[in-house]
Amino acid sequence: MKKLLMYTVLGAGALATLQGCKMKSTESVVTGNAAAKTYVAPGQYDEFYNFVSGGFNGQVSVYGLPSGRLLKIIPVFSVFPENGYGYSEETKPMLNTTAGNIPWDDQHHLTISLTNGEQDGRWLFANANNTPRVARIDLTSFKTVEILQLPNSAGNHSSPYLTENTEYVIAGTRFSVPLGEGDVPISSFKENFKSTVSFISIDKEHGNMNIAFQVVLPGMDLDLSRGGKGPSHDWFFFSTYNTEQAHTLLEVQASEKDKDFIVAMNWKKIEEYVKSGKGKKVNVEYAHNHFNEETQHAESKIENEVLVLDHSELKDMIYMIPCPKSPHGCDVDPTGQYIVGSGKLAALIPVFSFDKLTKAIAAKDFEGEYYGIPVMKYESVLHGEVKKPGLGPLHTEFDGKGFGYTSMFLSSEIVKWNIETLEVVDRVPTYYSIGHLCIPGGDTKKPWGKYVIAYNKITKDRYLPTGPELAQAAQLYDISGDKMELILDYPTVGEPHYAQGISASVIKDKSVKLYDIAKNKHKYVTMGEKEAKVVRTGNRVDVYMTAIRSHLAPDNIEGVYVGDEVYFHVTNLEQDWDIPHGFAIKNNPNAELLIMPGETVTLKFVPQKPGMYPFYCTDFCSALHQEMQGYLRVSPKGSNVPLKFGIGETAPGVAAK
Amino acid sequence: MSTKHILTTTFVLATSFLVYSCGGEGDKKEETTTAEAPASMVEEEPAANDKGYGKFQNVELTNPLDEGMIAAGKKVYDVKCGACHKLNDEKLVGPGWLGVTERRKPEWIMNFVTNVDEMLEKDPEAQAMLEVCMVRMPNQNLSDEEARSVLEFMRQNDMQKQ
Repeated sequence: MKKLLMYTVLGAGALATLQGCKMKSTESVVTGNAAAKTYVAPGQYDEFYNFVSGGFNGQVSVYGLPSGRLLKIIPVFSVFPENGYGYSEETKPMLNTTAGNIPWDDQHHLTISLTNGEQDGRWLFANANNTPRVARIDLTSFKTVEILQLPNSAGNHSSPYLTENTEYVIAGTRFSVPLGEGDVPISSFKENFKSTVSFISIDKEHGNMNIAFQVVLPGMDLDLSRGGKGPSHDWFFFSTYNTEQAHTLLEVQASEKDKDFIVAMNWKKIEEYVKSGKGKKVNVEYAHNHFNEETQHAESKIENEVLVLDHSELKDMIYMIPCPKSPHGCDVDPTGQYIVGSGKLAALIPVFSFDKLTKAIAAKDFEGEYYGIPVMKYESVLHGEVKKPGLGPLHTEFDGKGFGYTSMFLSSEIVKWNIETLEVVDRVPTYYSIGHLCIPGGDTKKPWGKYVIAYNKITKDRYLPTGPELAQAAQLYDISGDKMELILDYPTVGEPHYAQGISASVIKDKSVKLYDIAKNKHKYVTMGEKEAKVVRTGNRVDVYMTAIRSHLAPDNIEGVYVGDEVYFHVTNLEQDWDIPHGFAIKNNPNAELLIMPGETVTLKFVPQKPGMYPFYCTDFCSALHQEMQGYLRVSPKGSNVPLKFGIGETAPGVAAK
Repeated sequence: MSTKHILTTTFVLATSFLVYSCGGEGDKKEETTTAEAPASMVEEEPAANDKGYGKFQNVELTNPLDEGMIAAGKKVYDVKCGACHKLNDEKLVGPGWLGVTERRKPEWIMNFVTNVDEMLEKDPEAQAMLEVCMVRMPNQNLSDEEARSVLEFMRQNDMQKQ
């Protein structure tokens, strides 16, 4: 929905026209054996994982394709009370920033780690748009294991995109902002506001992220980006808008120029330049949060320095390619030869040639400069234009068979075109107003090329009405033949933007089933029920609790007072797949915990009133799950009820046999 | 496994294969088979097999007991078993361990602790215990070595208390 305002002026007319036309009905577009193509029989697996950004829910959801079944929601940038993410003591530090603990963000883009330009299925990177951060999700545990805040950034939209071997995750700024102290007049945009690109290096073995350097560009909006492939391996491409440098009413003022730019950046040369000791270290503050799988605890560290390079010193490393009408998508085809710009307001799709770009650079065939950065001549670097593709091109994915698939927001369709000849060969309607689209692997060297999914911005009448707020609508098309065929509608949670798809075979056999309790290095682990205990230190009470079908130990606790800080460290002693236990306690203004087999997780509770506080297992675990319960007695502050705890014959007041 | 059991299994497997390969067109025989009331998850006439089901068919016992294994077995017991099994003859969640090495063959014990799901599916003795305890014994993911150590610890527990 966020794009809607931008298009209101131009869009109103176009939409009116569209609605005037007779839209194809669902019946007329669903042909052939759609049901057979999407039916995954009970007990059978889907062929693809589909990782879908959660948009305004801040999470990542995982669907199976072709069934469209929701398999999991991975909490990333938003708290998730249903499993305790952001509430447990272990995960609270994941959401720490220099502005404190932030329980929400806006998650737009995802990318699966690459080796030689192909998906390797090790990690999934996710951006936070609002408070700029990049997260890394481990695709063996489907857990968020690292979150890195980005200094000198705002509106982390052009993010996270990868170089071909996951050397770097690249994150560009949508909002230009003043670097350092931001207390300057807004009207001083042209003098003071800058856009930046962060190059985040990725440790080859463990995936750990670090900001290697940041490139400072003139103030403008960096929209989306892509790494080169094959011949263009050393390059990175960014779409831009608002090169007019407006700071108000961008809807009009950032659309004045006929062309904005695609920034082409030779990251390999910049990397060499940095290695030669260049760049300026700048004092900044940003949070770097890391989940240690061994201790099962996240730590948040505040980092203090970043290496910054101004574009003015990067001669022969950055060039501008004119691109019509505020380009949005900036997509590189599987061969690495073609760069597709999608001007949101353009009635054509320009396709640039990497060969021509390198030749034009060598010949210094420039039309001018933008803040000292050479601007290429449009015609010199253009492979050609896709004419009359539809209205409002946004994003392009590829099938690996020589075709591009471009989403058309205004005319609500996917258009398939031939990359060499630039001819439109097919088009299908989407319901309604498609934003991103995804072909599994369709942004890599090796697309899987069987399906394309449309992530639509408007749902309207696609599902049973649920009041004013509707689920978002995704549509699955079979693209294995010449014609695209709509085969499935499925509702999605949150508000999907970009997504990634990957063959299940790359990931499924590496999936973690449980944590070996012998390797549990949690500070508060309880190694067996015999070790279960309650320890008071001043007003801090640590409960070392175990969970196994079907009891929590200890399950009777007395001698806790109002205002005590009670930490329930619950260790799940189970060592079998899919036997989590839950933990919740009455009146806790917090959340529950889900504790996976072999894990220890901690919930803090500060009782405010004396009384009896039942606690229980919240995840149905066995026939006697309902019996998996206990009591915490809370006495007034200053009373002399002694600390006692136990279970069965060791429970307070129960005489041993 | 009795002959009857094997025959039943073969028949079921064969028919389900047929149904599968027919792609649902099905002939009447299969329809009759599948239309029968669903069988209980618990085998009705299970075959007697005092070694249970699993890979352990011949466990060699040590004499005298192996102290190293006893210590290792106790460690496993404390973390993975003690929450539900006492060392005397009282049932907690599962049965007390006293006398277990007299009631069960060593192979049965090793198979049960390493291969819980198949045992609960097929072994009549294991199923009888499930009906008493009403909680499926968790698969605690013991390695073969850990299972053997636990057996040694059980033997020591039985000898000690006699």
